[in-house]
Amino acid sequence: MAGNSSLYLRRRFTNALALTLSTMATVLGLIFLAWILWETLRQGLGALTPKLFTKITAYGEDGGLANAMVGSLIINLIGILIATPIGVMAGAWLAEYANRTRLGESIRFLNDILLSAPSIVLGLFVYTIIVLPTTALTSGNTTFSGLAGGVALALIALPVIVRTTDEMLRLVPSTLREASLSLGIPQWKLTTQILVRSARSGIITGVLLALARISGETAPLLFTAFGNNYMTANPMDKMSSLPQVIYQYANDPGEAMHAIAWAGAFVLTMFVLLLSLASRLVLSRNKVSHD
Amino acid sequence: MAARLTSGGLLLKGASQRRIVNDRLGLHRLAGSHERDRNHMQANVGAVASTMVQEERAHRDARHDRLFSWLLKGCALLVLASLLGAAGATLWGGRHAFATFGWHFLISSAWDPSTDTYGALVPVYGTIATSVIALIIAVPISFGVALYLSEVAPAWLRTPVASAIELLAGIPSIIYGMWGLFIFAPFFADHIKPWLTNYLGDKPDDGKLSWVAAHVPFIGKLFGSDYPFGASVLTAGIVLAVMIIPFISSVMREVFQTVPTRLKESAYALGSSTWEVSWDIVLPYTRSAVIGGIFLGLGRALGETMAVTFVLGNAMQFSASILDPGASIASTIANQFSEAAGLQKSTLMALAFLLFVVTFIVLLIARWMLRQLAHKEGR
Repeated sequence: MAGNSSLYLRRRFTNALALTLSTMATVLGLIFLAWILWETLRQGLGALTPKLFTKITAYGEDGGLANAMVGSLIINLIGILIATPIGVMAGAWLAEYANRTRLGESIRFLNDILLSAPSIVLGLFVYTIIVLPTTALTSGNTTFSGLAGGVALALIALPVIVRTTDEMLRLVPSTLREASLSLGIPQWKLTTQILVRSARSGIITGVLLALARISGETAPLLFTAFGNNYMTANPMDKMSSLPQVIYQYANDPGEAMHAIAWAGAFVLTMFVLLLSLASRLVLSRNKVSHD
Repeated sequence: MAARLTSGGLLLKGASQRRIVNDRLGLHRLAGSHERDRNHMQANVGAVASTMVQEERAHRDARHDRLFSWLLKGCALLVLASLLGAAGATLWGGRHAFATFGWHFLISSAWDPSTDTYGALVPVYGTIATSVIALIIAVPISFGVALYLSEVAPAWLRTPVASAIELLAGIPSIIYGMWGLFIFAPFFADHIKPWLTNYLGDKPDDGKLSWVAAHVPFIGKLFGSDYPFGASVLTAGIVLAVMIIPFISSVMREVFQTVPTRLKESAYALGSSTWEVSWDIVLPYTRSAVIGGIFLGLGRALGETMAVTFVLGNAMQFSASILDPGASIASTIANQFSEAAGLQKSTLMALAFLLFVVTFIVLLIARWMLRQLAHKEGR
């Protein structure tokens, strides 16, 4: 009897210990989240001045981030504009044309791998297929460009959009497909005008998530868009971007540069968090309308 | 679609409808009078025309369908092309390095741009060491988080806490890098590193070896360091761990929820505690997916660039100590590629190829493991 009760006590103790540890693990995770957000907020807000939005990058305290912000917007826009149509079409193919085929399954599988592939390698890939050939064409001037940066970001956004489109289309009830096909509508019209429309908010969520993902990407931009200390809107020109300037300034020994980097980090974090919030809102609104 | 229906309706209202009606009643066979015959002929001409229109439309639809599916398939194949392209481009770019150094490349720790000799050992070791440290820290914590969110937390707390943890995954890696560089690395250097070097390392400040460093093999080397700053392999590992915790924990939480309730209820009915149900029922049932989630986190950690570059110190020399600065493949590329030329550039490409292949294999295993549970579920 005594042995039994000590076993019981030990089991209760193990249980209590494990559950306490798991609670502590969660608290630890939340502490890190709070710590990172708090420091970004504190250091970023302290350095946030109107001149960040009006002046272009310059060494010292006079610099702003205007050209980096414009560059980021343009590069992200190029990335999303390339990735969205391709991603939606590829996702539609996976869901509607190749759902149970061998090729479809393998591409779905490989897409999931591309989703977490190292972004720096994708940057080198774009460097090889865009920057190097154009460099050869222009007799040796290294032709980093905003366009190359946009293509690199498109490669990162693509799998996100493919996956969400695929998943959202497969959620559309098949009665809708059967009803449309029985009316004699060709499949391409069914896909473009009925299925994509009814999965629209899900697809928009995917695009917003992809945008959130690529707007924080730094590594692939280092060898594609490179950076530019002047304001430019020409996608064939070198272009600076917010993450790239943050990277450059944070590695700089100057304190003033660090402050600007923090301010940029703050703007970037807010932008990304607002985007993921917006994508959640779009999705939850869609859920309500379906019920 | 509306336009199509209307035009179809108009067609039906015309000759073909009459023909269908006539056919059905067999009127044309009974028809004797000229008038009826003429009527019938007119109807037939109309019917042929409309059938042609319909056939043409059917052909056009089929053609469009075919073109459309080719277009879609082409887009889907781009996914394949970009994976193959990334592997091919880095292999092609690294061909000089592979040709020059051969297999020796993998085991050489040399890195000297002045003599153009490069080896992959230091960055490869740094990549593996930081990722393994990140996993050692992140896996138990992620399991704790997933356990808390699926078994311990009160229902009202689950969604907000889960969203907060997932928020961690949304923060750009460069923010982790800055936080690591300016906040965490100094904190680490002031509060954690002295303790580790003095009590575990073989280079303590006062010169007196601790009992652990003197008696447990390897520990002294692992934690010995006289580098005064916070940047180190361990720091990078910790920052990476914070980054991958949300990935691993959300996979774990998701798969924990797929465990059939009757399985858990049976164990509870036999008197199991929450911990026993989690450890002996939930974990074995979801084993393959949990391993998949861990490999997914490993894949992320291996390829992560920015967060690591900021806190790793970027020292291209080999050190056994995890408190010394090091370099990872991604950080080496990020730091040196812009200024590199010739063989150095080729070496960086070769490193990228190695990274890509290793990550690809790790992610392949991850996805395959995750699929095992999905198959068991019948999805």
